[in-house]
Amino acid sequence: MRVSMQNIYKAFGTNQVLTGVDFELLDGEVHALMGENGAGKSTMMNVLTGLHTRDQGTITIDGKERYFKNPKEAEENGITFIHQELNMWPDMTVLENLFIGKELRTPLGLLKTKEMKALAKKQFDRLAVSIPSEKEAGSCSVGEQQMIEIAKALMTDAKVIIMDEPTAALTEREIQKLFDVIVSLKKEGVSIVYISHRMEEIFTICDRITVMRDGKTVDTKAVPDTNFDEVVRKMVGRELTDRFPKRTSSPGETVLEVKGLTKKGAFHDVNFSVRSGEIVGFSGLMGAGRTEIMRALFGLDSFDSGEIWLKGKKVTINTPDQAVKAGLGFITEDRKDEGLILDFSIKENMVLPSLHSFAPKGLINEKSENDFVDMLIKRLTVKAESQEIAVSSLSGGNQQKVVIAKWIGIGPKVLILDEPTRGVDVGAKREIYQLMNELTDRGVAIIMVSSELPEVLGMSDRILVVHEGRISGELTKEEATQEKIMTLATGGQ
Amino acid sequence: MNAINESTKAGKTNFVSTITQKLGPLLGLIILIIIVSVLNPSFLEPLNILNLLRQVAINALIAFGMTFVILTGGIDLSVGAILALASALTAGMIVSGLDPIFAIIIGCLLGGVMGIVNGLLITRGKMAPFIATLATMTIFRGLTLVYTKGNPITGLGDNYLFQLFGRGYFLGVPVPAITMIVTFVLLYIVLHKMPFGRKTYAIGGNEKAAIIAGIKVPKVKVMIYALSGLLSALAGAILTSRLNSAQPTAGTSYELDAIAAVVLGGTSLSGGKGRIFGTLIGALIIGTLNNGLNLLGVSSFYQQVVKGIVIIIAVLLDRKKSA
Repeated sequence: MRVSMQNIYKAFGTNQVLTGVDFELLDGEVHALMGENGAGKSTMMNVLTGLHTRDQGTITIDGKERYFKNPKEAEENGITFIHQELNMWPDMTVLENLFIGKELRTPLGLLKTKEMKALAKKQFDRLAVSIPSEKEAGSCSVGEQQMIEIAKALMTDAKVIIMDEPTAALTEREIQKLFDVIVSLKKEGVSIVYISHRMEEIFTICDRITVMRDGKTVDTKAVPDTNFDEVVRKMVGRELTDRFPKRTSSPGETVLEVKGLTKKGAFHDVNFSVRSGEIVGFSGLMGAGRTEIMRALFGLDSFDSGEIWLKGKKVTINTPDQAVKAGLGFITEDRKDEGLILDFSIKENMVLPSLHSFAPKGLINEKSENDFVDMLIKRLTVKAESQEIAVSSLSGGNQQKVVIAKWIGIGPKVLILDEPTRGVDVGAKREIYQLMNELTDRGVAIIMVSSELPEVLGMSDRILVVHEGRISGELTKEEATQEKIMTLATGGQ
Repeated sequence: MNAINESTKAGKTNFVSTITQKLGPLLGLIILIIIVSVLNPSFLEPLNILNLLRQVAINALIAFGMTFVILTGGIDLSVGAILALASALTAGMIVSGLDPIFAIIIGCLLGGVMGIVNGLLITRGKMAPFIATLATMTIFRGLTLVYTKGNPITGLGDNYLFQLFGRGYFLGVPVPAITMIVTFVLLYIVLHKMPFGRKTYAIGGNEKAAIIAGIKVPKVKVMIYALSGLLSALAGAILTSRLNSAQPTAGTSYELDAIAAVVLGGTSLSGGKGRIFGTLIGALIIGTLNNGLNLLGVSSFYQQVVKGIVIIIAVLLDRKKSA
């Protein structure tokens, strides 16, 4: 199936997201769609599949103009979108998920379970995976869920499959499997739009690359005719200097001391300290207990024993409001679920933890609120037309800046950043690093939990490695290497 | 060039949509008033308008509290029962010789305590607000019947201030209407100009994020249910004064009228979105319907049908607007 989108415009309210995008997808090609968060990739694909209606422009499919009314109609016509956030009914079985809304029935309306099972098995075989169809979808790994989504797409006889960050949650082995599937789909003439931030993957699996920036198509090139640097340059629109800005602050006095923090089944005898102006990186495998330690430290979860000392004084932190009062800020790994109130404006989000300081006499002083937020927007280079717009309309990187900004108002002593650059594009990542530098220059102590080793190595002054709920080692910036961290993280000496 | 045109166009529609969103319920009220007064011009007579304001006051007061509750994503089904129990207790205190105004104040505080019970069940007991307040609704209703033995409490004396509270006029305006307006202004300030209001919206918008931002969510919730109980008791005091007695079955299904007023005012039942001004308008819409349909001689049976239809239309229009 050939898809051609020309001069597409789309705005949400006053937010112009697409400004004349062109995109062409050929028969049986794997076409990478790249661009920073907020460049308009997903929006463009949503316009194609009819979730959004375009404001302007033409879409032709196999040479004929065609506009779908909704994703279901697009699916019936062979175009399937596998979203980044998987649409699973976690309490239903794999089989029920696969056939939801298109169950096979007997003339009396009863379900033809046997036939459906056979069909499901056929698709799973094609993908070379074995997932029991009676399993609850919620108990499947994210990789398996991804495969279920792909199987679902295959069952609809898709001619075009759009994959949005399909590998974000997959293991190395699952990724390889996915690539095998993509290759065989290609042979069958299926076209694939592959949206991803991962350069290596793109260059392994894709035939052509289209780069988008600020709602426009910057360039489309065949993979052999381009390279890493060129793509990044086009995405960002400028030369990228080194990925990590230089650390400038030097650590001062000890601010936070954690002594013997223990919670049965989660972490054990955790001891560490953080000095003012210092960034301490927490590394470790998924599930090692890093996030759990931070949640307990911030009063979100309880712990069994241990002490927390701030500036030489023992403090009690049983609830987050006590943590905030003591000068702790927590930027959690899930900014949409825990970091932001999506319907709130930038302003309302940014002042939330420090609300009372804007209302010394009980009434909120809107002018000082506005001035403060204006200052933060400027300092953090948040891209937004006004402080009154809802944060839900911002890109991932800008949302993350808002989450960090809201803690500046409390005058934090310690900031805990859990995966601070997850789902954030290259350009915004660097801005967030810069911001961390700025904060430490002002004496803030930062704890950074990160699963990205380069980030841990690039930004930390000191690195603590967590393995099975214990701190298995401490490395200075100078002695730390990826290998050393991985050895400690996997329990080696 | 195109893009610029597009964005200004988008800006304009956005402006229009915020206007309709803010004024939607008000527009509805105005249209309703026009229809009713064309059908029966006596609707607009000052006496009738003042009468309408007095009739609206009780539902509006309850609905103001309900607005806070619903903004947090909760619901309070016990308001009508709190009204009845507080009213009976107040009347009981008056009969036993307590100064009526003092009795009203204590009655309101007792309403607040009943609200605190709701709040604690929801926060400490981690119960769904629907279930918790459904249970307390039954309990408060039952307690009212126990206390009154199923009979009205009468013989409340002739204290002037007490009678003024539900029946009187001040500068030509019914006192209940004044109570309603003063309460509205105070709550408007709390909701839109004070940290407490911002926290209310934050809890409804994303409770987890609110907790992490250091908001004492359980405390705020308990205060909100207490406010709802207190306002219900205040409405009960007005009713007691107006009827010069406490009825054991007073306030039956008032919770539904209050929820209807909140929803008509454009507040989302899922929390986080809405305005107390909308609730005032919502209460006035319901009041106008009641009053207008009476003036037009529509039977009370049909009135219920019409009210239901109006709610459906209002919600449908609201849906269309936000789409």
